[in-house]
Amino acid sequence: MPPLVQPISDVRAAASTIARPVLELREVHTYYGHIHALKGISLVVQPGEVVTLIGANGAGKTTTLRTVSGLVKPRQGQVLLEGQDITHLPPHEVAALGVGHVPEGRRIFPRLTVLENLEMGAYLVRDPGEIRRRLKFVFEVFPRLYERQDQPGGTLSGGEQQMLAIGRALMMEPKIMLLDEPSMGLAPVLVETIFGVLKQLNEHGTTILLVEQNAHMALQVAHRGYVIETGRIVLEGTAAELAKNPQVQAAYLGGLD
Amino acid sequence: MTGQLRLIRLYRAVVYPLIQLTVWSAASLVIISAVTLALAVVFNRQVAGGLTLVDFVVRTLPQVAIDGLTIGFLYAMIALGYTMVYGVLQLINFAHSEIFMVGAFVGVEFMLLLNLPPDQPVQGLLLVILLTTLLGMAASGLLAVGIERVAYRPLRHAPRLVPLISAIGVSFFLQDTVRAIEGLVNNAFFRNYPSFPALNEPLTLASVTVAGEPVTVQMQAKIILIIVVSLVMLSGLNYLVNATRLGRAIRAVAQDQATAALMGVNVDRIIMLTFLIGGALGGATGVLFGIRVGRIDPYVGFIPGIKAFTAAVLGGIGNITGAMLGGLVLGVLEAFAGAYLSQFTGGAFGSEYKDIFAFAILIIILIFRPTGLLGEIVAQRA
Ligand SMILES: Nc1ncnc2c1ncn2[C@@H]1O[C@H](COP(=O)(O)OP(=O)(O)OP(=O)(O)O)[C@@H](O)[C@H]1O
Ligand SMILES: [Mg+2]
Repeated sequence: MPPLVQPISDVRAAASTIARPVLELREVHTYYGHIHALKGISLVVQPGEVVTLIGANGAGKTTTLRTVSGLVKPRQGQVLLEGQDITHLPPHEVAALGVGHVPEGRRIFPRLTVLENLEMGAYLVRDPGEIRRRLKFVFEVFPRLYERQDQPGGTLSGGEQQMLAIGRALMMEPKIMLLDEPSMGLAPVLVETIFGVLKQLNEHGTTILLVEQNAHMALQVAHRGYVIETGRIVLEGTAAELAKNPQVQAAYLGGLD
Repeated sequence: MTGQLRLIRLYRAVVYPLIQLTVWSAASLVIISAVTLALAVVFNRQVAGGLTLVDFVVRTLPQVAIDGLTIGFLYAMIALGYTMVYGVLQLINFAHSEIFMVGAFVGVEFMLLLNLPPDQPVQGLLLVILLTTLLGMAASGLLAVGIERVAYRPLRHAPRLVPLISAIGVSFFLQDTVRAIEGLVNNAFFRNYPSFPALNEPLTLASVTVAGEPVTVQMQAKIILIIVVSLVMLSGLNYLVNATRLGRAIRAVAQDQATAALMGVNVDRIIMLTFLIGGALGGATGVLFGIRVGRIDPYVGFIPGIKAFTAAVLGGIGNITGAMLGGLVLGVLEAFAGAYLSQFTGGAFGSEYKDIFAFAILIIILIFRPTGLLGEIVAQRA
């Protein structure tokens, strides 16, 4: 029986021949004080892809995204955005280069209105016409936000806040969107909606790196995925491969073996 | 849609806060005047000059109210400096009172340098004062930015008490530096703002008879000037914070620094600008305060600083509208206490007890509203 998951080196070699990746992590080590949170993470996201990073609590998913956007600095390794080394850039410069991070727990500005939250997403855009165009787009994607635009962000429901967090990142028109557990705390219907939107956005060309504990949903929308355990990538492959992998099934898909 | 939206925003950013400010001023004045009058009626008796207590209160009330508003606006402007910095850094910038003091000194030195003849017409003087105010703003704003850079930024990740100690150190440093410079150059460490008859002359705004009592409302030109400049600054600040891109970024940084950075906001720069704005307001206030009181010394910032800080806490620290309200309430309380305490207590407590009285009221308010008058919003900070 052929291996369902290719060895890491093969995938990397194959990936690098396709195109210049939007995002690449090379052997990234990140520490919190003396806690070694990422122990040599390497991953690649190609243009137009949805890549998911799945793993248990404390595996290092959030830390990976925070390392990309510059909120924590890796002690070793490199982060490349379209080939450019962004390892040591502060977060606002990483954002300016086109990384839209939807953080864990949504992190809506609670006392800014919905509209102001969205405008913060377009903070680096100076042209009012362009801001209006992007707003229109976000309101088309999430009509709910249009209705709530004058309400303080902190008064939205959890699902609405997630829409706002995604909408806010969309206002950046990022080259890549980093999403940290967008399904957390949402009712199944809303999870469907959010993932539907992600799929739609991707079909319109948005590249996505999706962190999820809900591996089932994540593997439905993703093209490829990585499995992270205690700071290390332990498996990678196409979404279909991962979904069929017995280890993944046992650990992340509710044990169907 | 967008035109309408812009109008709504303009209303929220400029008109609404002004209405709010007016309503709050009026309300605090009406409440405290009513209480004073009621007390006067209850304890009515003869006081000095052949007047009854009620006569005395009725005659002096408008003047006291104006004094209260004037000092209240000054407190409000200083309080904004504390509250804005607290908003973005959760730091009590104890050096703010000295930033204010330096503004007052830069102003006095400039006006003395101009060496204007005292019989200046009022128009020219207004121009000079505006110029002096701008200069005080620039000096204090830049000073505040420098302090942030040198004394606070390196301690950004230290425990909270550490920058607080640093702030106190900066306060002493500034007091002693100004004292040393003034001492060396002038052989005295206090300075007097030049006094101009045209500014001090009381203008009669209204003269009416209430219940047989002649009531005149008079204001010196300089007081009118202070009130006008304060209102312009307070509205300008409201506009800046609530309706501009910079203001939105300041509020975003105050609510969640990391997330603001993810949106592309240079957090350090926003913090710097916050110090610049707060410092500039403090400097303007220093000049206006100096013009009002005349004589200033290197320790002149301490008392107004403590009071403005109290005003910021009273309004709900971190809350900009709250700082304005807190300043007003404190100013009005203090003016009333200063004017009436002595007469009401038959001289047992003179007007020198006004601060104790005002602070006692504040403590009572804070017992019932520990987060400050408008503070509920701060309590749930992100
Ligand atoms: N600020 C921090 N200080 C110290 N240790 C931290 C910090 N943040 C995360 N860690 C540790 O780093 C490791 C990885 O955490 P991370 O938040 O990246 O996990 P995660 O995969 O996102 O988990 P979850 O699914 O629970 O969100 C954990 O062991 C965690 O305890
Ligand atoms: Mg996480």
